[in-house]
Amino acid sequence: MEVFEVVRPGFFTTIQDKGRYGYQQYGVPVSGAMDSYAHVLSNLLLGNDDGKACLEITLLGPCLQVLRDTAVALTGADLSPTLNDCPLPMWEGVEVSSGDTISFGSQRKGCRSYLSVVGGIDVSPVMGSRSTYVRSRLGGLDGRPLQAGDRLHSSDSRGNLPLKRLPPQCIPLYSTEHRLRVVLGPQDDYFTEKGIQTFLGSQYVISAQADRMGCRLEGPSVEHKAGADIISDGIPPGAVQVPGDGLPIIMLADRQTTGGYVKIAAVITIDLPELAQAELGEIVRFSAVTEDEAYRLATEYEQSIDRLRQRGR
Amino acid sequence: MPVEPRRQAMMYERPRFLPGGDRALFIELGDTIDPELNRRVRRLLLTIQEAALPGLVEVVPAYRSLLVYYEPRQIRRRELRARLDDLIHESLTAELARPKVTEIPVAYGGEYGPDLGAVADHNRLSPEEVVRLHTGATYLIYMMGFIPGFAYLGGMSPRIATPRLPTPRTAIPAGSVGIAGSQTGIYPAESPAGWQVIGRTPVELFHPRRQPPALLQMGDYVRFVPVSDEEFHVIKKKVGQGTYKMEETPVTQEDESGGL
Repeated sequence: MEVFEVVRPGFFTTIQDKGRYGYQQYGVPVSGAMDSYAHVLSNLLLGNDDGKACLEITLLGPCLQVLRDTAVALTGADLSPTLNDCPLPMWEGVEVSSGDTISFGSQRKGCRSYLSVVGGIDVSPVMGSRSTYVRSRLGGLDGRPLQAGDRLHSSDSRGNLPLKRLPPQCIPLYSTEHRLRVVLGPQDDYFTEKGIQTFLGSQYVISAQADRMGCRLEGPSVEHKAGADIISDGIPPGAVQVPGDGLPIIMLADRQTTGGYVKIAAVITIDLPELAQAELGEIVRFSAVTEDEAYRLATEYEQSIDRLRQRGR
Repeated sequence: MPVEPRRQAMMYERPRFLPGGDRALFIELGDTIDPELNRRVRRLLLTIQEAALPGLVEVVPAYRSLLVYYEPRQIRRRELRARLDDLIHESLTAELARPKVTEIPVAYGGEYGPDLGAVADHNRLSPEEVVRLHTGATYLIYMMGFIPGFAYLGGMSPRIATPRLPTPRTAIPAGSVGIAGSQTGIYPAESPAGWQVIGRTPVELFHPRRQPPALLQMGDYVRFVPVSDEEFHVIKKKVGQGTYKMEETPVTQEDESGGL
């Protein structure tokens, strides 16, 4: 069923779900929501299964006309959302009616907002996912960002009961300094001890070269032992590549599946949402955790999402 | 037990498990680009896929390593590692399917291959000799990756190796066949590239609605076959209609040794 007409598309609005898994062996990137936490929450707030597709809205939001009575939930960055010119509350389910207008204003905090609708945004899945991968024009709406005049559909099933109230501690406070926890490796042995110290002890700044594929940082150069090239291998989410210039690049949702630069570490996945909301010029610091610690943090996170899901049942 | 690989030294005695963040781990089998090592990767890939481990999300095979994605809630990292250790052992006897050679028709030179002349000049060859050397080899597909449908090929004659362009082109068409250093490859989609483009194929290397979506597969082989401008258009039309049949032959020993 039609749910939104796009009046203005915004700067870069795409359809994203949890990502496209199982096709990296053919060179197809995972894609999916950059801020996986905000994406999951936007679904749980409506009682959707957490894999439903939503709109990922970047910096400058769209203007959407609502085409039928339903409910929406908006999470992630605060881009001054409005419903019929009144502030649209975030991090909760909001009833909307046919004829309403959802719009956005100036960017207040964070970079990416997630707008879910009951039943999820429905497009025909490509390789098992509705996520848009713009570089190869895959998924979403013809593999591209939204355009004026697009009409978006939603499925009409609400899987579960919506989450009534979100505990306040579940709403992230986006700061301008970001501490990212990493697991060192797979190629930390390609760096000098000094290089590792520089990486873990320095302050880096988010450069202008930051998009869905990766985030290039500026700051002190990380010293290699001998060269930055390896025999190409897979690139896990959050992998920190360090090319010849010694400046780290954090590989994100649309990262290529394989690459030949050394990877000093990988940011743990629960810290990637923080990076998805980080703006140009903001500060990043890395700290190392062990694999066991990273495993414990990942499972704790999953359990906390499970608890929220249970509340909705 | 299988026959011991010829070049044992290039493989680690014990595979290395390396961290890949909190949801993936690397298994590295060696540190070189070598067909036998690459077969070990494929044997392990097959064995892992057949084992259907709970919590396993996907495996990304490469030249000499595999990146295993898993769901931490469904399988403990230590348990996964133990299971993978068993599978590494099992994989030594895994039987791989007989590889095939896929013929890729290529129109060389002219508008299809603007850098054919430059590759010839760089190597003090005639354009015809470059084409002969490029089509004379059988290339092993070591891995897929980089962009959808892109094959990392091995086996190009060093006599046509050519450095990348000093300034990359902003766009080369889908199907462009190029040389970068000692590597050759086919661009599945229009893309910016610094490769020396020597020709173009009309076949589709990647189609999202096809299963599998990539035309080529790791472990198989590729041979380039020169076609005329006219043939290029005939094939392109057939590809568009979905009636083009790729030429595929079982691999011979000569192919496996490179065909040169």
